[in-house]
Amino acid sequence: MFELFAFGDTGWGDEILRGLAVTVQLAIVTLPLGLALGFVVASASMSKLRALRFMGVGYTTVMRGLPEILTLFVVYNGVGLLLNIVMQKLNPEAPPSDFSPFAAGVIALGMVVGAFAAEVLRGAFQSLDRGQIEAGRAVGMTEGQIFRRIKLPQVWRFALPGLGNLWINMLKDTALVSVIALDDLMRMTKVAVGVTKKPFTFYLAACLLYWAMCVFSEVVLARMERHASRGVRRAS
Amino acid sequence: MNPIDILSTYWPRLLDGTLMTIKLTLMGALIAAVVSPGLALIRTQAGPLVQAPLRLYVSFVRGTPILAQLFLIFYGSGQFRPLLQEWGLWGFFRDPFNCALLTFALNSTAYQTEILRGGILGVPSGEIEAAKAIGMTRAKTMQRVIFPHAYRIAWPALGNEVILLMKASALASVVTVFDLMGRTRQVFSKTFDFSVYLWAALIYLCITAIFVIVWRQAEHRLSRHLNPNAWERSKDKSLKATQS
Repeated sequence: MFELFAFGDTGWGDEILRGLAVTVQLAIVTLPLGLALGFVVASASMSKLRALRFMGVGYTTVMRGLPEILTLFVVYNGVGLLLNIVMQKLNPEAPPSDFSPFAAGVIALGMVVGAFAAEVLRGAFQSLDRGQIEAGRAVGMTEGQIFRRIKLPQVWRFALPGLGNLWINMLKDTALVSVIALDDLMRMTKVAVGVTKKPFTFYLAACLLYWAMCVFSEVVLARMERHASRGVRRAS
Repeated sequence: MNPIDILSTYWPRLLDGTLMTIKLTLMGALIAAVVSPGLALIRTQAGPLVQAPLRLYVSFVRGTPILAQLFLIFYGSGQFRPLLQEWGLWGFFRDPFNCALLTFALNSTAYQTEILRGGILGVPSGEIEAAKAIGMTRAKTMQRVIFPHAYRIAWPALGNEVILLMKASALASVVTVFDLMGRTRQVFSKTFDFSVYLWAALIYLCITAIFVIVWRQAEHRLSRHLNPNAWERSKDKSLKATQS
């Protein structure tokens, strides 16, 4: 059985590892984009302007209510069509171009993560102690200093468990991009299955790899949480 | 075609897909709802040795993509074809609907078990002691004290889980089940009209919105004794509405 997973031409070990690398790459590229979008949407939904608030809340409500795979197809097909229309306008002779599945995956997953992250971050900002911010003003800190020294470290601590869950969900959601033909772990597994006719063995192997990544993430996140709340006194 | 034309031409397919999505979600959630209370009890009361396989199962389901679970069951069962044929189960596994339903039920069971476990642990121990003090048997305590309160605590989280399951049910389209997502992809591959995706999005949002409203109503009903005035008021209002 193990020769199936050997490296080189005889086994599928290297192909699957390459797929794993694409999965990890996708997740790591998506995370900062999603977080940045989350910050923007969170500040929009906490804005004093009603229109901005409406847009922020509307975005999170819609994106959280849609199946991720629908978002992925909307981005993949929609942006693809749009690109082709623009290209046709610019240069009518150009052949129809294909939209990269990796980019579609990053954009779609980033949009989903952004919506969930916005809710996590909004919750974290709202659980800041107002008294501490007033105290910061009272001792003469500038708004920038208050943000850096008082708000940011605590928002980080409050938001970390929620963001950790998001990371794990996103890692699992990357499997969806195999449906739009990106050579990630899931799709390389499918290729191996097609040749070897051992679907259970290979899909189980893929599951175990995802499982290992999730368990590893949980361990790292638990450490990060402990580090983030190192100065907090616990009532016993 | 403009978006309205798409809807007026293809609405029977979208309706059919919507019904399939609802069917998959409700059946999956219901099967899980039947199984999970027992498992949640094991998770809270049994010894560590009995719990070990259950914890492994929950961790596996939560740590792997539901798409991978679906492929493991749908395609993976092919590897055991002779065995399954011998047991007369091959017909079951050959049908993508059954495999999708099985996957969603297994997946939701794991999540619902954990949610209910939290609910059971959240029941104040004073209530359980009080039940013991007035001489209720263990079974009566479960039935009258622990589970009613555990469900009240777990209710919002269970609602979230059903919504997540509804969203996940769109994956069934990948194994050729014609749910809403499957029908939408079918129409798109025929027309290359993007607006069908927007209609699908709208339908998914409507399903979620209706479910949220129904679930909240049920929550009010479950906890009507905690806020009797509000409950009475709403009843008075509906009474007046029917009288006038």
